[in-house]
Amino acid sequence: MTNQTAVLDEVMELESPLAHSEPAILSGPPGARGAELPAWFRDQQRTAWATFESLPFPNRKDQPWRFSSVDALDLSRYVPGPRLNETERTKILDHSIALDAVAGRLIFADEQLLRRDPLPEPLLKRGVLLMPLERALLEHEDLFRRHFMAQPATLGSAKFAALHQAWVTSGTFVYVPRGVEVELPIEIFHWLHGENAAVFPHILLIADELSKVTVIEHFRSAHRERAGFACGVNDLVVGQGAKVNYICAQNWNDKVLSIQMNATTVSREASGLSLNVHLGGAYSRFESLSRLTGEGARSDLLAVAVTDGTQEFDARTLQDHISPHTTSDLLYKNALTDRARNTFGGLIRVEPHAHFTDAYQTVRNLLLSDDAEANSMPGLEILADNVKCSHGATSGQINEEEMFYLLARGIPLPVAKQLLVSGFLNEVVDRLDHPAITDLVHGLIEDKFQHRPRE
Amino acid sequence: MVKEVSPLEIERNVGNFAYPETHTHDAGVGLTEKTIHYISDIKDDPDWVREFRLNAYKTFMSKPMPTHWASKDLEAIVFDNIRYYLSGGTQPKRNWEDVPDDVKRTFERLGIPEQERKFLAGVEAQFDSEAVYSNIKKAVGEQGVIFVGSAEGLKNHPEIFRKWFGKVIPTGDNKFSALNSAVFSGGSFIYVPPGVKVKHPLQAYFRINAENFGQFERTLIICDEGSELTYMEGCTAPKFNTATLHSAVVELVAMKGAKLQYITVQNWSANVFNLVTKRGIAHEDAEVKWIDCNIGSRLTMKYPGVIMKGRRARGEVLSIALAGDGQHQDTGAKMVHAADETTSNIISKSISIGKGRATYRGLVHIPKHLKNCKNNTECDALLINSTSRTDTYPAITVRGTGNSVQHEASVSQVSAEQIFYMQQRGLTEAQAMSLSVNGFVNDLVRQFPMEYSVELKRLIELEMEGSVG
Repeated sequence: MTNQTAVLDEVMELESPLAHSEPAILSGPPGARGAELPAWFRDQQRTAWATFESLPFPNRKDQPWRFSSVDALDLSRYVPGPRLNETERTKILDHSIALDAVAGRLIFADEQLLRRDPLPEPLLKRGVLLMPLERALLEHEDLFRRHFMAQPATLGSAKFAALHQAWVTSGTFVYVPRGVEVELPIEIFHWLHGENAAVFPHILLIADELSKVTVIEHFRSAHRERAGFACGVNDLVVGQGAKVNYICAQNWNDKVLSIQMNATTVSREASGLSLNVHLGGAYSRFESLSRLTGEGARSDLLAVAVTDGTQEFDARTLQDHISPHTTSDLLYKNALTDRARNTFGGLIRVEPHAHFTDAYQTVRNLLLSDDAEANSMPGLEILADNVKCSHGATSGQINEEEMFYLLARGIPLPVAKQLLVSGFLNEVVDRLDHPAITDLVHGLIEDKFQHRPRE
Repeated sequence: MVKEVSPLEIERNVGNFAYPETHTHDAGVGLTEKTIHYISDIKDDPDWVREFRLNAYKTFMSKPMPTHWASKDLEAIVFDNIRYYLSGGTQPKRNWEDVPDDVKRTFERLGIPEQERKFLAGVEAQFDSEAVYSNIKKAVGEQGVIFVGSAEGLKNHPEIFRKWFGKVIPTGDNKFSALNSAVFSGGSFIYVPPGVKVKHPLQAYFRINAENFGQFERTLIICDEGSELTYMEGCTAPKFNTATLHSAVVELVAMKGAKLQYITVQNWSANVFNLVTKRGIAHEDAEVKWIDCNIGSRLTMKYPGVIMKGRRARGEVLSIALAGDGQHQDTGAKMVHAADETTSNIISKSISIGKGRATYRGLVHIPKHLKNCKNNTECDALLINSTSRTDTYPAITVRGTGNSVQHEASVSQVSAEQIFYMQQRGLTEAQAMSLSVNGFVNDLVRQFPMEYSVELKRLIELEMEGSVG
């Protein structure tokens, strides 16, 4: 597999190999790097490091890691990335535009903030905040502390959540005040650059009552062949009546090990929608916790994954209905080829007293080769009544009649195949009501097909 | 059958008897190697069976409890307090007066004959069905069918049963299959010769005696090429038992073209842990079908499975679970596809009443390079009260392009409109509710033999009483 996001290969060929002075991430919590952070934050980091060390390594026999290739999670080689030089910065910045019209933009590479395109004046005046984490925890300490990693990671990755907290030194903080609607999306880039670099992407988004905001995060590699490790957290807090769209476009190169943990809290009459597009990574795990805490809350969990080669994608989700009269709808679609592996472990949990819940969960796997493997564990735990819950999981292949129809009209096999797969995936992507982003995602998926070495 | 052992021999084997003179066949409390030897002595096991038991005992001791995925309620089992072998005179004696009223009432409503009631309630250790059993045995015996107890099967027909004994479910499959392998007694061993179609269902019920209703039954059924058999285990009546742990192992083998159907109706009393391993192998063109109905027990963990080993083999599980107050029915199915063109079907319906909890746990496995395998899974759960709970935990693995799998589950409750409609027409709320619930399971219940389906319907009505309002 090739990866179009790899932008620095030609530059790097001219340079000598990087000397790594940084100790591996497993050798201890960051020392000098976090020196400018406040004491309370550094205390939390030390506690998190102790937690990381005390928790056991994932085991396939544990239900949250069933079917997962836990051996891929060897972290010993990863180090904090080195500082980027001017050429590298320029090159990366040149490639850090995906949407033409955005409200604001942050660009990170190896945990370093390369650039910040600030919000337009009217939004700033109304109190919208878009700033690096390290500034938010100084300037908006109360708000930050109330929400920062407030939801424990319960879907298996508690150890990696602790590692993230111990190491995170940068990231994005978004706050949208009551009643403010941010029309254009906020765009964030996370680049992996150094050899065996480790990054800890973080976003904390707080949408106050009746506000509206859309955020897209891009995860990309600057080099095709460099291994890396990404251990990210994205926490979305959706206030009463607010509406938040979050899009993750994960397109690491196929050497990267990636773990992403999400927690979304949706309050009364609010709506949270997340679309996770997973295309890259050697092993990529995604955990998503959706908590519906107020009546009328709605959560849409969407994901598409296209895996090939020996890629593995592992998704774990929990739709947690805490309040009555809430709705959640999950739709995950995966297209697998070559020797790719895919695991889905999802649970709808309707807590006691959360009556009148509507919850749905649908997983569809499209197997395109004989060695592709799909594992599905769609689960339900219902502790209330008057609920409407259903889940469905299917695994199948391309419909022969549809294929025949296209071939009969002179469309070559690879194109026909791609058309059918795109059609299959688009049902998910098109649920997002945002044409510019939908186009972008279609483009990313198409790129992945275009650059498959075989066929 | 059990061989009488002289008191002398017993004293040599087990020294710590409390009442050796009255409890002639009692292995004492707790499980040690001595217990195993004791059981083997009583059963007059061949050496290889004794060896098998001893190895299983070691496996059992070394395996942890499966509490990392299963209910924590398992921790309530105290293995040291359990009697692993009871027979004859050691069955607990009880007076009819001691039998709880609700159990008596259930017998009444189900129309169980007087004689059977006493046996089922544990008042009488032996249910006199010897005549019926020997008639059946004679009738099928003429066709060459072997229908015997586990010990007898292993001793007298090793050439038939040894080949498959412990092969479908290896000792180390799980902690409780290991326990069963160590201390098994009772159960049925059946062999159906090639081409023989056994017309009437064979029922364990007609073979019952103290041992058959024991805690650690072992059943092995082999249907040779082209043969057909339906086997029924249990009965709808509640079984009142003081033993708190029941752990059976049931192995089915359907050779080429054979059809084997196994029907269980489980209605243990509400203090019983019912931890059962059931699995069948279906060879080419063979079909194994489990019909499984769980009504009783405190915690049932049972996932009947089919390994489809030959081309065009078929596996099916139909499951009904009813979980009332204090009950957890953790049931489901396992379908392992191991050959091309194999098909499997799982239909599970559960009803949770009061504080009951019904769980579906399933596994569907289609490994690589198989072609045209199909699985269909449907799980429907019905919640009656606001405190009821239901869970679904399927795990599905599919490889390759030639196979298709679909899983669907839904959770619902009895619709208020339906109830209203029926009340309008003069039914009480409880009657309406029970009619609705019967409607929910009706398409599955119809697949049971007539007498079972009639009793099941009555039983559901009974369980539903008092759940409304």
